[in-house]
Amino acid sequence: MKERIIEIIHKYHADKTRLMDIMLDIQDECQYIPEECLDILSKELVLSIADIEQTISFYHFFSQKPRGKYQVYINQSAVAYMMGQSDIIEAFEDELGITLGSVTEDGAIGIFGTADIGMNDQEPAILINKRVFTQMTPYRVRQLIDDMKAGKDVKDMAVKAPGSGKNSDPLIDAMVHSNIFRIGPLLANDYKPFDYLKDNLSKIKAESIVEELKKSNLRGRGGAGFPTGLKWDFCRKSSGHDKYVICNADEGEPGTFKDRVILTEMPELVFEGMAIAGYTIDAHYGILYLRYEYKYLETYLNDLLNRMREEHLLGENIAGISGFNFDIRIQFGAGAYVCGEESALIESMLGKRGEPRDKPPFPVEQGYLDQPTAVNNVETFAAVVKILTKGADWFKKLGTADSAGTKVLSISGDCQFPGIYEVEWGITIQDMLDMVGAKKTQAVQVGGPSGTLIGPEDFQRSICYTDLSTGGSMIIFNRDRNLLKDVVRNFMEFFIDESCGSCSTCRIMPAVMLDKLDKILHGKGVKQDIRDLEEWGTVLKASRCGLGQTAGNPIVMSIKNFRHLYNQLLNRDELKYNGFNLEEAIQESCQVVGREPVIDHGHLKNGRERPECKANGTHKPECPDLSGHKDFEHRATNL
Amino acid sequence: MSKPVIATTSLAGCFGCHMSLLDIDERILELIELVEFNKSPINDIKKLTKPIDIGIIEGGCCNSENVEVLRYFRENCKTLISFGECAIMGGLPALRNGIPVEECIKEAYLDGPTVQLNKDKVLPNDPELPIILDRVYPCHEVVKIDYYLPGCAPRADFIWEAVVALVTNNEMAVPYEVFKFD
Repeated sequence: MKERIIEIIHKYHADKTRLMDIMLDIQDECQYIPEECLDILSKELVLSIADIEQTISFYHFFSQKPRGKYQVYINQSAVAYMMGQSDIIEAFEDELGITLGSVTEDGAIGIFGTADIGMNDQEPAILINKRVFTQMTPYRVRQLIDDMKAGKDVKDMAVKAPGSGKNSDPLIDAMVHSNIFRIGPLLANDYKPFDYLKDNLSKIKAESIVEELKKSNLRGRGGAGFPTGLKWDFCRKSSGHDKYVICNADEGEPGTFKDRVILTEMPELVFEGMAIAGYTIDAHYGILYLRYEYKYLETYLNDLLNRMREEHLLGENIAGISGFNFDIRIQFGAGAYVCGEESALIESMLGKRGEPRDKPPFPVEQGYLDQPTAVNNVETFAAVVKILTKGADWFKKLGTADSAGTKVLSISGDCQFPGIYEVEWGITIQDMLDMVGAKKTQAVQVGGPSGTLIGPEDFQRSICYTDLSTGGSMIIFNRDRNLLKDVVRNFMEFFIDESCGSCSTCRIMPAVMLDKLDKILHGKGVKQDIRDLEEWGTVLKASRCGLGQTAGNPIVMSIKNFRHLYNQLLNRDELKYNGFNLEEAIQESCQVVGREPVIDHGHLKNGRERPECKANGTHKPECPDLSGHKDFEHRATNL
Repeated sequence: MSKPVIATTSLAGCFGCHMSLLDIDERILELIELVEFNKSPINDIKKLTKPIDIGIIEGGCCNSENVEVLRYFRENCKTLISFGECAIMGGLPALRNGIPVEECIKEAYLDGPTVQLNKDKVLPNDPELPIILDRVYPCHEVVKIDYYLPGCAPRADFIWEAVVALVTNNEMAVPYEVFKFD
């Protein structure tokens, strides 16, 4: 095995920044990262074992323990459960006699939970050895298990169906549906691949591209909405011996799947946009950071990149422009939501834990390999090509005054036609609900769990950067759903799992908040608990990145817009209940050291007085009793 | 109107938050114009002598004494602030949560690699000693807390703005750089 591992390492020139690729290859080979690999990796890459292990432990899809010949990953998103994921898990557990998170005794099949895999419009969905199986039923689970027990290749399993659109392309061959229900200017089929790159790029200066983008008011489509022209301008003007273009296709926000569809149906548009970015900022390398869940697109996308190279659309002197050298490679993630944050994504591409960097400096100054880097969303690159082809004025006419253009929405949950809809910015939520055939809607989650949860009183609000901003995720819940138990709780668990752990606020506070939510769900909540939760939402704002800052949003936003759901669960008879009992809390340690569970804090009075004090806390150890003090009118309710 | 009265204490903390409080530097002179300090490790006043308007708590509760002091502050402070990571979430001391108390005590007094002098294998059981709790509790799990000032430690500017906003009855407006975690 050693030779094979060394071969893999040298395939990537023993470059430690390619640790992700190396470990993904090792895992393909061994099904996990065996202990003996660490020494080899450490020596060949000149990295400490701790460095390697911390990267392994960060990502869901890396494991140091065998996870089975067939690794089944079951989507844990709220929508998956709404569509019956519990039955799927139960079917797997019953048939295999193991629980979620374990492997059968013979080491053949392992079943694990994983965060949203970007299939919200065709749930329940699972992954087996990188292959996607959508619209699962318990019957299909039994079929899959029979096939796995028979040792069949995942491609030959009985659960099989042609995917729609280009998913049935032999290079993809996935039972995935593109579900495009509304096309607009971006997804329109008037696009002729690479026409702009071939015919027009040589006629325009880089500065003019920046100006055109600034004029168009194009803002980042990943969610944060940073003006693209400005970003490219910064990057262009930053000094560095190399510059990089990165396409962020990590889309981990639960409920988002539009980048998957864009990359399936029109990847040419995205790669053309990346090449144009390369030309504009003077970068020679572009990297598509693709989430591991979309590994099934690898062959298809690499095939396209190869064809581009053959047609001199990548490589040297592209499109006859002397000195315009640019190439693109695909970097896979290994399962981590936070890597969607641009600096975390860069860290991940360097083979490290995907922890967001402290900013400044921003990636446009010091990004990949500390060089100026422009990181943009898949949809943004696609929009750039359309803007340059049709003009900034055309683009600005679409949408609203402050949100130009269109937005590709990923709509899922309780509606007739979940899927992809390209709409102009400014559409109201009510129009959107009518468009997708949603009835009896209780709430809409705008922008994924980190966004906002709104109720009917907000359905006349519009989708745009200045009102309801979104990176594309729209999840609809009808009146039969238990919002707190089935949605808010699921989202909080998601944030707890996905925190990188760097800031203690984000590492701990969401868990503390979930405890409090559970307390309320168990009927033990009091009014003060709601206030605490709201306060803690602001404590989270101290975190380094957007994930941490918004990790309390499922609770904070549901309190804001669905306060009645909380209120009806509260215990109104009590002002305060926190379950703390000093007598119980000291029992254990008293037993260990062999002393009476009696509290005596006489020592605080310099040994002069040593009044006995029972653990019920009536004694005030440190200070005089102020209860009769004339200035003091408060007291009563605060305890 | 008399000046608002402030008291501070450190429970299971490292005093880092109090150090950060001192980092307001010469503004401490402005502060004493605004408020009156009562019991605090900074002025070494040991006992509360009057009802307190603002109580500032550093650290969570790891032993019975912490609980008693915290309850005492709650009873005598109109407004109580959890100050810093440990008070709000337990912080570093809470790393022991999840490890049985017995294991912690034995590691500290019997089995730890640096334990050399405890030849008689005595566990601390003098009645004068505070009793270790089963786990470290953040302050809000013991008493009601009114405000939370995050940070490890909270920056001096943040503390300054918070206290000034509270005593002048204004909304606190601090830029992200002032209260961010890093």
